[in-house]
Amino acid sequence: MSAGPTPSQTVGPYLSIGLTWAEGPYVVAEDAPGAVWLHGRIRDGAGEPLPDALVETWQADPQGRFHTPGFRGFGRCGTDDDGRWAIRTVKPGPVEGQAPHLVVSVFARGLLHRVVTRLYFADEAEANGGDKVLATVPPERRHTLLAERDDEGYRFDIRLQGDDETVFFDL
Amino acid sequence: MTTSPHPPLLSPGYRSTVLRAPRQQPILLAPSLSELTGPVLGEGPVVAGDADLSVDGSGEAQGQRIVVHGQVRDAGGRPVADQLVEVWQANAAGRYLHKWDRHDAPLDPHFTGLGRTVTDGQGHYRFVTVKPGAYPWGNHPNAWRPAHIHFSLFGRAFTQRLVTQMYFPDDPLFAYDPIYNSVPEFARDRLVSQFDLSATVESWALGYRFDIVLSGNSATPMETS
Ligand SMILES: [Fe+2]
Repeated sequence: MSAGPTPSQTVGPYLSIGLTWAEGPYVVAEDAPGAVWLHGRIRDGAGEPLPDALVETWQADPQGRFHTPGFRGFGRCGTDDDGRWAIRTVKPGPVEGQAPHLVVSVFARGLLHRVVTRLYFADEAEANGGDKVLATVPPERRHTLLAERDDEGYRFDIRLQGDDETVFFDL
Repeated sequence: MTTSPHPPLLSPGYRSTVLRAPRQQPILLAPSLSELTGPVLGEGPVVAGDADLSVDGSGEAQGQRIVVHGQVRDAGGRPVADQLVEVWQANAAGRYLHKWDRHDAPLDPHFTGLGRTVTDGQGHYRFVTVKPGAYPWGNHPNAWRPAHIHFSLFGRAFTQRLVTQMYFPDDPLFAYDPIYNSVPEFARDRLVSQFDLSATVESWALGYRFDIVLSGNSATPMETS
């Protein structure tokens, strides 16, 4: 076998067999201070929801620290038949001067490699205005990275392709 | 300059990519601490017996029993220790235990197709399972996926997250599979396990070795105090 990085392959349509984890959507307990649902829908270039996708999130704690004992920081949720996902967590603190954000991976049938984005919070306008990563995104596309407050928590829809395509990052 | 071993997201031979691959160029992101750290899942989601897919509480799965093992390393060659490895696969007849799999092949009452384990201090993992069957899919006329096992790995950082598929040596279906062939030619053999006599258990199971190298940097490993 050759040395060198192993190539990515799609999760395929049956990802839920291997990647479902009952605890996945619950980054924090229901009664944790500041606990809130991040949720949304994933759609393709035709506007159809993806019932066979998975969202994973990674984030700092509310003080902007990683790997705090007792804080897992990691969330995982497969989409339902309507392409919906939801993760219960807390808003992270600032990291290295950046606005509060989560890093997000999306996996799906038809994605040969995960796509990576960031979830920012629309109600952090001042911090977002000074964020060095948002500054690299064309202004007319920045809204695709902003989760909006709603009755359930914060809504963050992901559009893989087409008008209003979510901004994805190359690491 | 290094050439990416990863498949292009838009690979029209694999039809599902056409409406799902983003069309805008991704924006280059200089990784911050958010990307250079990552979850430490370790044993958390793993339950005893998860590394042996070939038996359940009441019996043995049908098929050719195999041992699949290997080492997980980062791009610098360092072993990735104590990290979660997740696998899933079809049964020996090429059928998944999934509501959407309508392939006319038998389910196996003793096979779920889910496995989990954690790498040891040297980055090694080991599963016992049965060899998955090839299965048909609707991508094009008479399309069959080569036998494969799905792998999910975390590494030490968000940048290193990898989901891939492990194949078996000399599969005649390689030439016809758009998912395998989506990978640049120079890197395809990295997805193919090798028969391993040293991991073969006498009178019991065939051994296959599949080493995995994660791309992407990580922060200096941090102590959790
Ligand atoms: Fe598969």
